Amino acid sequence: MSATIGTKKTTTVLFYTIVIVIALIVLFPFLWMLSSSFKTQVDIIAWPPKLIFTPTLQNYERVFGEQDFLQYFINSTVVGVVAVGLSLVLGLPAAYSIARFKQQRLAVFILLARLMPGISFLMPWYIIFSRLGLMDSYTALILSHMLIALPIVVWIMSSYFATIPPDLEESAMVDGATRQYAFWKIILPLSAPGIITATTLSFIFSWNNFMFSQVLSMEKTKTLPIAVYNFLSYAEVDWGGVMAAAVAIMAPAIVLTMVFQKYVVKGLTMGAVKG
Amino acid sequence: MIHSSFADRNLHRLFPLPAMIFVALLMVFPVLYTLFLSFTNWNLTSGQPPAFVGLRSYMRVLSEPRFLEALGRTFAFTFFAVAIEAVIGVATALILNRSFVGKSVAKTLLLLPLVATPVAVGIVFNLFYDPTIGLANFVLTSLGLPPALWVSHASTVIPALILVDVWQWTPMITLIVLAGLAGLSEEPVEAARIDGASEWQIIRFVTLPMVMPVILTAVILRLIDALKTFDIIFAMTGGGPGYASETLNIMGFKYSFEYFRMGQAAVILVALFVVVFCCSLLIMKLREKSEA
Repeated sequence: MSATIGTKKTTTVLFYTIVIVIALIVLFPFLWMLSSSFKTQVDIIAWPPKLIFTPTLQNYERVFGEQDFLQYFINSTVVGVVAVGLSLVLGLPAAYSIARFKQQRLAVFILLARLMPGISFLMPWYIIFSRLGLMDSYTALILSHMLIALPIVVWIMSSYFATIPPDLEESAMVDGATRQYAFWKIILPLSAPGIITATTLSFIFSWNNFMFSQVLSMEKTKTLPIAVYNFLSYAEVDWGGVMAAAVAIMAPAIVLTMVFQKYVVKGLTMGAVKG
Repeated sequence: MIHSSFADRNLHRLFPLPAMIFVALLMVFPVLYTLFLSFTNWNLTSGQPPAFVGLRSYMRVLSEPRFLEALGRTFAFTFFAVAIEAVIGVATALILNRSFVGKSVAKTLLLLPLVATPVAVGIVFNLFYDPTIGLANFVLTSLGLPPALWVSHASTVIPALILVDVWQWTPMITLIVLAGLAGLSEEPVEAARIDGASEWQIIRFVTLPMVMPVILTAVILRLIDALKTFDIIFAMTGGGPGYASETLNIMGFKYSFEYFRMGQAAVILVALFVVVFCCSLLIMKLREKSEA
């Protein structure tokens, strides 16, 4: 009896050791980034690497002072919010139609945008947007980010609508409501959890997007990932500044994830599990 | 009164229409344009309109050693990254698949790499890999091993990049498989336990086969993205040193936006699309088999 309790204890200890090791591996790059962002250049290049140092805010002061960081922050937010908003406007009715009328081919058509390599549209966009004088415009950037957000919205929402029993709008229709009315007034309000999932995930993917913005935006509409990347192109890498910028760009996505944790997990694992 | 307005009768056409028009304009049309350009040898800086040259751009690009190397590298990067992610991801999911104190915290932690901006992740790993000040070499030398050049040397750059991809995306497989495991019925496991199967036998012959379709779906999702990996490679090495970490996506990007050889770039993009498409089909076939 005591032997089995002993083995049980050992397995529990072993189990928690493994969990802690996994947690450390996952967290370490974040912690190193965070601590480096509070180090002076001297402390960063110190050998052996310093674990204990006097923290400084000078990197953050430099990032938010010298660079037009606030503008890039606004650009990223505007592009993400508008692209996600418009994708919901286009995607919600489409997803409803896919779920209710079993339009599988339509679903595949829209989800192709998720499968296709982004660069196979980016190259022609570059040519077309240059012709139209839309380079470095919010319009081009928002359109491109909509192609990221729309498939996510359709993917998540068509599975979500499929879980809502059709009786709901059918009984409303028997009472004389149109299907349109039933969709806007009955189905959508019931779909808040799905919409939160779709909104959070597609905003994060837009926020993190690098390739589209790298090509389509210049000084005026530059988004945060480009600003962070540009830090590297200086002759001598300002590691403290880069790390502060990296913290600044990751913080909003991480905060969003923490707040909507349940929804993010659902969105990322959806479809795969449904089968 | 039976309501049957025009809008309601045609809802199945009207509701998806705006999204379809959008996708047609922003995806289908550009892709067809890319396909058209692949039959030209158009150079954007030449000032000439695109001239049709048949398959000449294809023959030129497909026979170029740089292209073939990029193709092989794309496969190698994807294969090793996704294989390692699948093994570690599934193992982690099997370990975490029980109720324990701090499970929800653990799941939250697993989400963090997935939402971290890839460019920024790449830059943080560049600091690790820095040959003179990086932590990676500190660890090596502390263990009495010689320091390495990591992303600055042709022989180590791909494994070093794979490590970044593994760190960032393994949690996605873990979370998907965990969700799949949570949905399994307990009965087969209980039955096997009553029959005297060991824990390992239960995992190997009961749990894994049941969760296999979910694992393969997770692998498809990862595979599609790994073949297209761009941000970390572009930010960390730009495809270098030399062309040592140049994948099809990076090569297509350079041909498009650095050399402006749109005809040849289009060929590379078509090739990348074919690769992504064929690999996805292959795994989907495997998945059907595992469900049968």
